[in-house]
Amino acid sequence: MNLHWILSILVFSPLLGIVVLALLPKTQEKVIKAVGLLATVPALLLALAAYLHFQWGKDLADFAVSVPWIQFRGMGTQEPVFSVYYELGMSGFQMLLVVLTAVVATLSAIAAAKFVKKEWKGYFMLFLLLETGMLGVFTAENLILFFIFFEITLIPTFFLIGKWGYFEREKAAYSFLIYNGLGSAVLLIVIMILFGKTGTTNIDLLTQMMADPNVPLSSDLKLGLLIALLIAFGVKLPIFPLHSWMLKVHVQAPPSVVMIHSGILLKIGAYGLIRFGMGIFPEQFKTLATLIAVLGVINLLYGAFLAFIQTDFKMVLAYSSISHMGIVLIGLAAMNEAGVQGAIFQVVSHGLISALLFFLVGVLYERTDTSLIENLGGMAKGMPIAAGFLLAGALASLGLPGMSGFVSEFMAFLGLFKELPWVAAVGTIGIIMTAAYLLRAVLGMTYGKAHREFTGVLDLKGVEFVPVVVLMLLIVLIGVYPSVLSAPLQTTLETIMLGIGG
Amino acid sequence: MDIQTLQQFNWSAMTPEFIILGVAALLTLLDLFIPKHLDRRILGWIGIAAILGAIVSVLSLAGGQVTSILHDTFRLDSFAIAFKLLLLAGSGLVLFLAVSYEPKDGMEEYRGEFYYLFLTALLGAMVMTSSGDLITLFIGLELLSISSYILAGIRKYHVQSNESAMKYVINGSISSAITLFGMSYVYGLTGSTNLLEIAKGLLTVQDTQHSYLLGLAFLMIFVGLSFKLAAAPFHMWAPDVYQGAPTPVTAFLSVVSKIAGFVIVIRILLTVFGSAASVGHPNQPILLDMQDYIAFIAGVTMIIGNVVALRQSNIKRMFAYSSIAHAGYILVALTTLSSNMFYSIWFYLLAYLFMNLGAFAVIQVVTEKTGSARIADFAGLYKRSPVLAVIMGLLLVSLAGFPGTAGFIGKLNIFLGAFYGEPHYVLASIMIATTVVSYFYYFGVMTQMFFRPASDETGKFNIPFGIIVVLVIAVAGSVLFGILPNTAFDFMTNNLNNLADFFS
Repeated sequence: MNLHWILSILVFSPLLGIVVLALLPKTQEKVIKAVGLLATVPALLLALAAYLHFQWGKDLADFAVSVPWIQFRGMGTQEPVFSVYYELGMSGFQMLLVVLTAVVATLSAIAAAKFVKKEWKGYFMLFLLLETGMLGVFTAENLILFFIFFEITLIPTFFLIGKWGYFEREKAAYSFLIYNGLGSAVLLIVIMILFGKTGTTNIDLLTQMMADPNVPLSSDLKLGLLIALLIAFGVKLPIFPLHSWMLKVHVQAPPSVVMIHSGILLKIGAYGLIRFGMGIFPEQFKTLATLIAVLGVINLLYGAFLAFIQTDFKMVLAYSSISHMGIVLIGLAAMNEAGVQGAIFQVVSHGLISALLFFLVGVLYERTDTSLIENLGGMAKGMPIAAGFLLAGALASLGLPGMSGFVSEFMAFLGLFKELPWVAAVGTIGIIMTAAYLLRAVLGMTYGKAHREFTGVLDLKGVEFVPVVVLMLLIVLIGVYPSVLSAPLQTTLETIMLGIGG
Repeated sequence: MDIQTLQQFNWSAMTPEFIILGVAALLTLLDLFIPKHLDRRILGWIGIAAILGAIVSVLSLAGGQVTSILHDTFRLDSFAIAFKLLLLAGSGLVLFLAVSYEPKDGMEEYRGEFYYLFLTALLGAMVMTSSGDLITLFIGLELLSISSYILAGIRKYHVQSNESAMKYVINGSISSAITLFGMSYVYGLTGSTNLLEIAKGLLTVQDTQHSYLLGLAFLMIFVGLSFKLAAAPFHMWAPDVYQGAPTPVTAFLSVVSKIAGFVIVIRILLTVFGSAASVGHPNQPILLDMQDYIAFIAGVTMIIGNVVALRQSNIKRMFAYSSIAHAGYILVALTTLSSNMFYSIWFYLLAYLFMNLGAFAVIQVVTEKTGSARIADFAGLYKRSPVLAVIMGLLLVSLAGFPGTAGFIGKLNIFLGAFYGEPHYVLASIMIATTVVSYFYYFGVMTQMFFRPASDETGKFNIPFGIIVVLVIAVAGSVLFGILPNTAFDFMTNNLNNLADFFS
């Protein structure tokens, strides 16, 4: 069977929804929401089908597609000097991220249908464009195409934050645009240097070429390019001094957008570091490993300490995201199988957990108009089910064994202890702090001193159960049966290990 | 020159120019003789038809041999054809804007002039693309300039329009004088005004003193011509002129006039300075010595354009600075002198033509409705006219260079040139950093359109037919060349042989 077109459909199916939405009148609230939600379903089904395809032991390379797209020619030459192909593909790692994206996108659409109060038409059109961008990022097989999808995610996110966010939304949207614009500017320079020097942007080809000593790139230039990549993706991840935009976005954006933002968009940074940073420049990555480990520990501790003193639960989660992305860096810096696997696990696991927690924040905010921990004190009385899931989500986040967070933290630290035990030892303080700040915040809300009556406040109901239950099940599934993730990652890890010579 | 020599010339090479010239003359006469009460708009439509005819005839000339007539003063090569197409397309769209132009204080008395002056300006620009001689180049340049001076001041009773014309004339004359002074050095060194002969003559220049003179000539020609590009150091006129001139004229200046500027810069710099030997390195052209100067001007232009645009509250002034910035980007392509330079510049101008003219169409509708040109007038445009707002948003995204639009591919071409061969890290970094700066002001307009409430929600926009045409073409062009840029590249390869005949 010919499967080459599957990925294109997967990536571009949300655009169909945009077309349908454009034809609908603005006032048809229910229809618009239904179309917006349904438009995410084909991508979800295809992503799951790809997962099954893999589980049945078939090759993911079946999905690869490569068509000539742009030819840059020189003066007076007929032969293209530089060619860019339209090429999509899937490795196990990419497939996991595509599944994660599709799942979170559908659940976010449900959240949006509940929480977004105005101009649904515009919201869902932008949201679907964003989904296409994200799916494209994870399936693109060359750097130019990656960059195109990467930038496509910026514009809808800017509008989603700036129009549907909370009070300081415009500031947050600008902050997002400029920081990420700078990040992608740096990324574009790296891509164009590679393109100009090697004549290709195909990621696999570049990976092979860089291993070849005859390629005309000095090791200094390679190191420079890797540092540039670290900055570019460091903005996205975010790495410590480049994080301030992300706090604003987490606090100001509407919950359904933060689910996407925290769940998927931040992960593009991790994906980029792993696939391009570590994949294309393995040797230079090794030279920077200690630096990256230290950055990771700084992220972990800085996020954890600041999360401890926040009064707004959204801020707690924002700092917690910074802290958890530190674990990704720690795992990568270990440069061994356990570490890298831990980092990738953390990427997926944090995507699910933060989507869950931000969905619950959305529920709370909708009922009570606040997300301050103090004001939510004693909510367990009025909303026992929501409180229960909140606690479960927090426990997953702090790494309770049996849930996804534990597996990833454990493996990342296992990796780093092997290579840089002292840095890792300092990092463990962060794990303790994680437990402390999450429990402080969540217990303060669920069982804390009540400032108001929660009678008459509705608990979780109806369709709201879908995101919560689905995400919780996935978190537990990964926790008790990690090979749902590790099996697809096998070949990806082997390739990376081959690159770094581990 | 007797009648026989005249008949021997292959006049068909000039068909497009003849069409424009003939129709411009016809319009002048018609304007004189048709009764006063008749709507002059019909003249505009005739002009548009003429431009369509000229486009067809240019296309039919594509792919042939290089034709050189009138003792090599008029030269039809692929380069000329490629850029004539841009000029014609740009002017055609501008005429669509012009027939829909309805300022509040009216301009019925001189509508006739308004249309045919666009045609004479276009004729000047077209002559420039085909010039093989300094004299014809300069005449083309002056024909374009003088027509534009009048166009800028065509609203006689409008103070700003007059101010704009005055500033334009003065600045323009100074820069023309400087260019001409530079050209005189070249003539003095070689004794010829024919570009190819100059090139041949300069090959034999051995004396280093002569090379220094040539360097001086280069600087003066380039600085003088930077006026037409609206590049530093001659960019100061742009904001004032753009603000005061009628919107279609502003659109014309920002697109067609700029394209013509790049045409003359490329023609002179590459033929004249591409052949003379450099000081100290006899094997490389003197142009490579000048690379740093072009790079400097490109860098300064991008920085000034993008940074000053941040502070503007008038949309036309903002677009003036934005157009300065875009000239800077294109100069980056010129600096690199890489083998894809022609491609990059041509494609960038093509993309710029669509996105900028489309944006000016929206500006024209909005400013006519509100009577002022403040950026704040765009507030709530999304509520008042969602279609206009979305189109403007798309064009702004293209101007900012986001993927999926032609603006992105244009920038990609330039970057590729900058890193291919001898890398220009600093210049490329400036370009990309200033691009990020440009997000601020382009998205500032978006903020107004989409996030802010409208100050007055009354009244729908009537979008005239001419504007609709421009918007449709602009959006189609921006998206098509953004997603399938190869359609343009293939045209270049298949019909114009990638401009390989430029030097022959």
